[in-house]
Amino acid sequence: MAGSAKGSEMPSGSKKSKKQAPPKYLLEAINIDKNFGDLKANDQVSLRIEPGEIHALLGENGAGKSTLVKIIYGSLQPTSGEIRWMGRPVSISNPAVARKLGIGMVFQHFSLFEALTVAENIALAMPGDFDMQKLSQTIGRVSKTYGLPLNPDATVGDLSVGERQRIEIVRCLLQQPKLLIMDEPTAVLTPQEADQLFLTLRRLAKEGCAILYISHRLQEVKDLCHRATILRHGKVVAEADPRTETAASLARMMVGADIKVVRPAKARAGGKVKLAINRLGQPALGPFSVALHDIFLEVHEGELVAIAGVAGNGQAELFDALSGERTNPRSDAIVINGTKAGHLGVGARRKLGAAFVPEERLGHGAVANFVLSENVVLTRHNVEAGLIRSGLLDLTKAADVSARVSKDFDVRKPRPDPEARSLSGGNLQKFVVGREMDRRPSILLVNQPTWGVDAGASALIRQALVDLARQGSAVLVISQDLDEIFEIADRIAVLSRGELSPAYPASELTYEAVGLLMAGAHEKTKSSKGERHAISA
Amino acid sequence: MDILQALILTVITASTPLLLAGLGELVVERSGVLNLGVEGMMVMGAVCGFGAAHMTGSPYVGIIASMAAGMGLAFLFAILTQTFVANQVASGLALTLLGLGLSGLIGESFVGIPGTKVEKLVFPGLADIPFLGRILFAQDLLVYFSFLLTGVVSFTLFRSRIGLIIRAVGNNHHSAHTLGYDVITVRYLCIVFGGACSGLAGGYLSLAYTPQWIENMTAGRGWIALALVVFASWLPWRLAVGAYLFGTVTILGFFVQGMGWGIPSQFLSSLPYLITIIALVIISANRAITRANTPACLGQSFVPDR
Amino acid sequence: MQLVLERRPERSKSMLLLSPLLALLLTALVGGLIFLFRGLNPLAALYIYFVEPLTTLWSIEQLLVKAAPLILIGVGLSICYIANVWNIGAEGQFTAGAIFGGMWPVFFPEFQSFPVLPLMLLFGMLGGMLYGFIPAFLKNRFGANEILTSLMLVYVAGLSLDWLVRGPWRDPHGYNFPKSVTFEGWQILPTMGTTVHLGVVIAVAAALGLAFLLDRTIKGFEIRVLGSSPRAGSFAGFSRDRIVLFCFLLSGGLAGLAGICEVASTVGQLQPSISPGYGFTAIIVAFLGRLNPLGVIFAGLILALSYMGGEAAQVTLGISDKIAKVFQGILLFFILACDTFILYRLRLLPRRPAAELQPAE
Repeated sequence: MAGSAKGSEMPSGSKKSKKQAPPKYLLEAINIDKNFGDLKANDQVSLRIEPGEIHALLGENGAGKSTLVKIIYGSLQPTSGEIRWMGRPVSISNPAVARKLGIGMVFQHFSLFEALTVAENIALAMPGDFDMQKLSQTIGRVSKTYGLPLNPDATVGDLSVGERQRIEIVRCLLQQPKLLIMDEPTAVLTPQEADQLFLTLRRLAKEGCAILYISHRLQEVKDLCHRATILRHGKVVAEADPRTETAASLARMMVGADIKVVRPAKARAGGKVKLAINRLGQPALGPFSVALHDIFLEVHEGELVAIAGVAGNGQAELFDALSGERTNPRSDAIVINGTKAGHLGVGARRKLGAAFVPEERLGHGAVANFVLSENVVLTRHNVEAGLIRSGLLDLTKAADVSARVSKDFDVRKPRPDPEARSLSGGNLQKFVVGREMDRRPSILLVNQPTWGVDAGASALIRQALVDLARQGSAVLVISQDLDEIFEIADRIAVLSRGELSPAYPASELTYEAVGLLMAGAHEKTKSSKGERHAISA
Repeated sequence: MDILQALILTVITASTPLLLAGLGELVVERSGVLNLGVEGMMVMGAVCGFGAAHMTGSPYVGIIASMAAGMGLAFLFAILTQTFVANQVASGLALTLLGLGLSGLIGESFVGIPGTKVEKLVFPGLADIPFLGRILFAQDLLVYFSFLLTGVVSFTLFRSRIGLIIRAVGNNHHSAHTLGYDVITVRYLCIVFGGACSGLAGGYLSLAYTPQWIENMTAGRGWIALALVVFASWLPWRLAVGAYLFGTVTILGFFVQGMGWGIPSQFLSSLPYLITIIALVIISANRAITRANTPACLGQSFVPDR
Repeated sequence: MQLVLERRPERSKSMLLLSPLLALLLTALVGGLIFLFRGLNPLAALYIYFVEPLTTLWSIEQLLVKAAPLILIGVGLSICYIANVWNIGAEGQFTAGAIFGGMWPVFFPEFQSFPVLPLMLLFGMLGGMLYGFIPAFLKNRFGANEILTSLMLVYVAGLSLDWLVRGPWRDPHGYNFPKSVTFEGWQILPTMGTTVHLGVVIAVAAALGLAFLLDRTIKGFEIRVLGSSPRAGSFAGFSRDRIVLFCFLLSGGLAGLAGICEVASTVGQLQPSISPGYGFTAIIVAFLGRLNPLGVIFAGLILALSYMGGEAAQVTLGISDKIAKVFQGILLFFILACDTFILYRLRLLPRRPAAELQPAE
């Protein structure tokens, strides 16, 4: 790898004050400002990376991490500030320039093309000539060297999330980068897959490639990284050596205060079954969707059950099946409050006392260009007495509900009744969750309750979920965030490739055990992937 | 034999404009843009091609003019949908309405004037081969060009870097942008290419198919070309097959009319439209095919973050 | 410096009102240029085109009569487009309405009493609905693109009418002209003033009714939700298929009603051509009216004016009345461009420093 001569000496993390040529820093970002309208996403941010170091960029969602790395990678332009590469000021006007300099990036949201093959996806990131044959061989070689198996002719749409990440990594490695940026790489991996990734990253760093590692997971940063820059509200609040800090001290720097931990009261045991899923199965809808196999789960009153798993293993499909957006020919596949509901649509299931919060806030849980009161009508038009009278809308009543929800869930908004799109992610999520909770549903299903939500709002939402369960409702949470799951769940089941493991009491599980389940330890049909193809073909 | 030969010859002229316009739109849609203005660009191509040929006496100047007219309208569409991020369906309709109106105004003085015809390119010797010679070796330039273009579009889309970029932009414009591709520029270029093809198809109508100008002479062929792109599930060679199937059915309609069986001529004239509907239904009902090949970003606007 | 579009946090209320006006202004500007190129005084020509038709009572009545079908079709299309249902075959549904409603006078020319008119209107509406049902059914059942199917049916409807009036429905006493019997007496819409007929009242009533439907009823809510966000719509428990059908039946019915009103008043019989493209012009009406039924009333009047102006231009200026279609097309272009500024604003950004980079090894 390029730059190996300089990187052979592992940086110790202690403060080195000598400044001489050759440049000590591979990359320096100095006093970067980035404004989006009135929002200061980056405010005088500075970051320095040495060759061969694994440098963590820590911060909450919305702290400005993604903005900063997009600027370094050339996807965004800074409002002001300077970037130096190996001591020289550079203007990185687009990602091609960044790649030419030797900066590679693996995005959290992959920049892949589902309809194209692995080789084509990689070719798109490579400059110059276009020789698919040669490229396929190179891909084979690199993926073997770094333990990243890939079939160049596979269509990306058929691949798992882990495999897709490998494409992104191979894409970067083919460019022989001096700096590799990884944006929340483990968010989509099982713990075991993450460990494998860490091996690859350590090996790269040893070869002299610097790695900018973005995460909000403190333990892995402590395990992997040599240095950390911590962002909060768009500003750098600290630089630290994560190996000498504790997770708690890092968290304090990141959040600015001790994180309030949700304290679930003891669950009442042996309640009535409120939601029963009996051998629920359904074929995949298209080439890019996951089939569900034989899912069994019972959620009792007063209980909070969480479904863990890596995204893309059937979470969206399971949500749609449970909410009734996709119905099942077998009415007894889903039983809500004792009524067979598999064949019923979402409206009828709401009438039985169930409520749903989908993962996407805008465009699924709420309509972007509707005001909040209209968004109240969206999910409550057929369950609320008085919202609709003989076909006519009562928008005053809807506004009352909206005001109550906003008050109870601390929804901060620019005007009394603004369009949904003008709310920040956290506030909109509080509104969408609050809108359902306000009904006091006897069953609540939430998909990714705190995805992309700031710490304060997350804590409030988690507490509200636990409280609802303690008041006797059955709460089912689908989440990718293991920390969240261990914080709030009474029982945990794991979804992998469309199969659900049995639900185990949270107190009997460890992260490792859940990780094994996420990797498919419970799957009955080992060839389920092949089966998925058969169904979609 | 002579009837069959004549039939095939007319099928070729009826199919060529559909193939030309369809190829352009296919590329546009592969880049993720739905331009419903094909009819408008075609009719403008027809009137401008006719006018230019009439004024200069050269059908080839007419061909160039027809392409330029299509490109001009397409550029307007590109400004509207790419720069101003306007709704693509509505913008395409606007393009068609404008094209039909403007062509009527421009062409008013051309009505009833005899046109200038693109000559047949006769390969000496080869054209004398019985039966096949007249069909294969005595067509006008544009017929040969339409097949050349089919090959070029197919090769470019699936074997070249440019084509890979076009497909990538149509499949996921966010990813393409992240990788540093200029989505808007790629789409601008595809749209203008599509305009040139549509204009050329229109020019073929007024310079080769029926060398004269009649208001609204495209008679819905632009829309049929749009339907053919769906029917061909965005594959160039399948589009060529579709265009010729379509041309065959249309011409068979005329043929039947000539037989004097007393079928109302209006019914036979309706055939192309009815067949388009049937073809759309058949291909759409097979969702596996349409879903796998539909450009995922078709019809969606893209606004890059800055 | 460079100009870039920047998304607004919310839709701009003032641009919602200003954008159609701005579009009109820009169209007039381009119109003036076209006149200038034709060697006319642009101001005088614009006056003749856009203002003079409003100066006599007769022409104002004409304006209302021309606006009626545009408004009637335009409100139906507005509902469709709000729901993201692309019915562009209103011209065909208009024709189907005229054919179905026209059956009464054609088959029962002696039927001369009050019930014939309501029956004609009812059949006209049913004819339009039936014709609108076809693309809706093909979309829901087979997933066939409704834009293409509804448009193809326009040609089929036109050819069917052509066949009818040249063949089986031709007036036996009509000297072989391609036309049906002339509608008379009870088969003609009653008029107020000299030419303003019941169709005008029906059009305004339809617009008011649909404005209420859209704003105040759950059906209207359903339409708006499914139009802006199909996923949220299905989450709310609304059915996309049902709305597609509803929109096509509604807009088809209204277009059919417009069709029968037109042949039972201005045209007075069935003939090969019964519309100067109202079904397509109504698309522009819908957009100029911001897809708002009340806005459509004004938009209908303005587009009717463009037809009137076209006639005036032909008579007074010696310019073809085809210029009307050109103005209509240009207007739609500008409307779409101006609508961008409802959700975006223009920002001047300092041009980025030159994109070259320092040579790196």
